[in-house]
Amino acid sequence: MTSLRALFVPHRIVLMGLFIAFVVWCAVSLRWDWIPQYAPLALEGLWRTIWLLVVTCVLGFLLAVPLGLAQAVGPWYLSAPAKVFCTIVRGTPLLLQIWLLYYGLGSLFPQIPWIRASELWPILRQAWPYAVLALTLSYAGYEGEVMRGAFSSVNKGQLEAANAFGMPRFTVFRRIWLPQAIRSVLPTLGGETILQMKATPLVATITVVEIYAVSSRVRADTFVVYEPLLLLALIYMIIAGIITLAFGYIERQVPTR
Amino acid sequence: MGETVSASEQADAIRVTDLHKSFGNLEVLKGVSLTAHKGDVVAIIGGSGSGKSTFLRCINFLETPSSGEIVVNGEPIAMRQDGTPVDRRQIERVRTRLAMVFQAFNLWTHRTLLENVIEVPVHVLKVPRADAVARARQLLERVGLAEKADTYPSFLSGGQQQRAAIARALAVDPSVMLFDEPTSALDPELVGEVLTVIRDLAAEGRTMLLVTHEMKFAREVATHVVYLFEGRIEEQGPPAELFGNPKSARLKQFLKTVG
Repeated sequence: MTSLRALFVPHRIVLMGLFIAFVVWCAVSLRWDWIPQYAPLALEGLWRTIWLLVVTCVLGFLLAVPLGLAQAVGPWYLSAPAKVFCTIVRGTPLLLQIWLLYYGLGSLFPQIPWIRASELWPILRQAWPYAVLALTLSYAGYEGEVMRGAFSSVNKGQLEAANAFGMPRFTVFRRIWLPQAIRSVLPTLGGETILQMKATPLVATITVVEIYAVSSRVRADTFVVYEPLLLLALIYMIIAGIITLAFGYIERQVPTR
Repeated sequence: MGETVSASEQADAIRVTDLHKSFGNLEVLKGVSLTAHKGDVVAIIGGSGSGKSTFLRCINFLETPSSGEIVVNGEPIAMRQDGTPVDRRQIERVRTRLAMVFQAFNLWTHRTLLENVIEVPVHVLKVPRADAVARARQLLERVGLAEKADTYPSFLSGGQQQRAAIARALAVDPSVMLFDEPTSALDPELVGEVLTVIRDLAAEGRTMLLVTHEMKFAREVATHVVYLFEGRIEEQGPPAELFGNPKSARLKQFLKTVG
């Protein structure tokens, strides 16, 4: 209740009023007549954005765990390649990585007969596998570095306690080490996932039609410029809000120290 | 009960022979031998740097001994020349019988007290979950934490955390309990509640090795006291003798300083 009362103080009421006025002005005096025609395509694009985001974050994180572990405690022949990978991914623009994979690998594959003949070719000739690969590797590179820190920061005494009770090494990892590492990076991970969402429009440049590509299509077809972009911004903000809420919910399940 | 104890009195719970441990050039243990029979409460005392914690940690291989022999419940632990264990599985199996209580408690902070206590029984010893939970509730009750079962460790005082850690150790039904300075990290007013729990365990005949700074407590509960000085046993014996009539000049000096 106090939080509700805190909302209704003069300066906040004024700001909220201004915002509502802005929304009403947008709704009334801007052009939205293109929406019905493009709604089905927009939904498809939105679905593709969300799908890309979820799949690449999940796959990327699964890669990030071994990358982080190798760097934190691995022998040099595992930690060195992991470090090189993370450095390259974090040191080059994502746009460049997407293009290198799509125009590089994507134009190399057709020249190799057995790949052209393989069952996978109908998939490999499309753009989305390269988008998924590039975004996955990017997320893995950044999160690999985050997980390195997370693994090294887990309290050594708690790992020692697990060892002292005769827990096999993998059980220690699965039951104690990994959960604690993930718990400590959840706030970072939430932010990184939002960054990943904001990186998804880059795949429009290799012909994957996600939500940003749809707004471009609207602009190109109808010459309506600002309205699709405003709607696009709103959609991204809503997704970011959902991500924040989801991570907040997960964080509240286990309190920190 | 009395009969079983006397029948198994022959069996040594732990026998350590000529244990050496070096960290680089620093030799911390210079040949320590110690035998604990079933039901013994062995208190290990000594100044800081005397090697008493290292000795305890060598027994369950948290530290790798440099050389020596360790026999737990009649089972010699296979060691290579350099002291590293031959068979990790043997170490893991032996460790499940030697429950350790740490100075810093080391409860798993991402799990509630109940989850901490059932963790090893369920995920290592493969006890059915329902049985483990029932037993864990009994143990938490016993250490006076029944109503804190669903609380996370960070919300508890040091004394409560250490009592929970003792419940966690009891949950594996250990043949020997290793206490590594269990009250050293506690505020003075919290020491008593933990010592009370340990005293009860001693009274019920549990085999324990106890590294401690609490001389009064050691004198009261121990059946045998070992004084370590610079990696060697300087003097050992029954508590009344060792505290009442110390022979070594170093032990006399030590007892004077710790009061």
